Amino acid sequence: MTDSDHDHDHDAIEATDSSPGYYELLEISVRELLIEKQLITAAEIRRQLEVLDSRTPALGAKIVARAWVDPAFKARLLADGRKACEEFGITFYDDTQLIVLENTEAEHNLICCTLCSCYPRPVLGLPPDWYKQKPYRARAIAEPRKVLAEFGTIVPDDVAVRVGDSTAMMRFMVLPLRPKGTEAFSEQELAALVTRDTMIGVVHPSLEARNPQ
Amino acid sequence: MTQIVPALGEIALFKVGDAIRVATRAPIGQRGVIAKVLQPAAVDNEIEGFGHNAGLRRHYYSIVFPMAEVWAGYEGQPADRLQIEVFESWLERTEP
Repeated sequence: MTDSDHDHDHDAIEATDSSPGYYELLEISVRELLIEKQLITAAEIRRQLEVLDSRTPALGAKIVARAWVDPAFKARLLADGRKACEEFGITFYDDTQLIVLENTEAEHNLICCTLCSCYPRPVLGLPPDWYKQKPYRARAIAEPRKVLAEFGTIVPDDVAVRVGDSTAMMRFMVLPLRPKGTEAFSEQELAALVTRDTMIGVVHPSLEARNPQ
Repeated sequence: MTQIVPALGEIALFKVGDAIRVATRAPIGQRGVIAKVLQPAAVDNEIEGFGHNAGLRRHYYSIVFPMAEVWAGYEGQPADRLQIEVFESWLERTEP
């Protein structure tokens, strides 16, 4: 596109921002130094990226769907989230523990990390950007009902809200309520309803919002 | 048979349902209740994070605080609560 294609005023649109930011430079520098000094290898970094890439909300969805259809599994999941996930072969490579917060008719749960970006990565993968940004981190813990309303989730006054604030060692995941009208659904069909945001607790699962199969 | 004496810090000081307050942290300095004693005890990585050797493992607790205790002027419902984990060294016992 050339300047003559249109005539309104704005800054030049750049297809790519070629200059890395401060933290990106810092990360690259430290990484290259660690490799150069042979403290870690490039292969180890690549392997860890593969580990991260292998974790997606689909894992959490399988866990939730199983808990919906298997009361004994649900009991194990609520007693020790990590052990129950390990039954599915999900490893906790970051050596965190997992507390699963169960949504009920009387209480709705929301998770956050006010300190930084702690998140149940072994079972949900990387957190969404908004989860890591200061507005969500500051507001989820101080005015959770307003934050939920902005996601379209209105929690009635007679339903309590519990906010789980994660730490370096302890991560939370929400076990959402199984939607009504899903009595005949298979476990796989149920898992399709369990989106990432339902396990963060900002929305309820619904028959309208499904994961891609 | 002699009485078995546990090491200092080996047994968790608090049990589920104990009323506590967090000693030196704002805004979470208010009254809460122990919800779960987390096992196993762990090295306090918050102290390690400041460059100090945290040494022994410390007991770690899941605690619930009423939101209204944490935030003055909290605009929500009285049953709303915060769940967070805190190391034993930060906690003080209070009257329920």
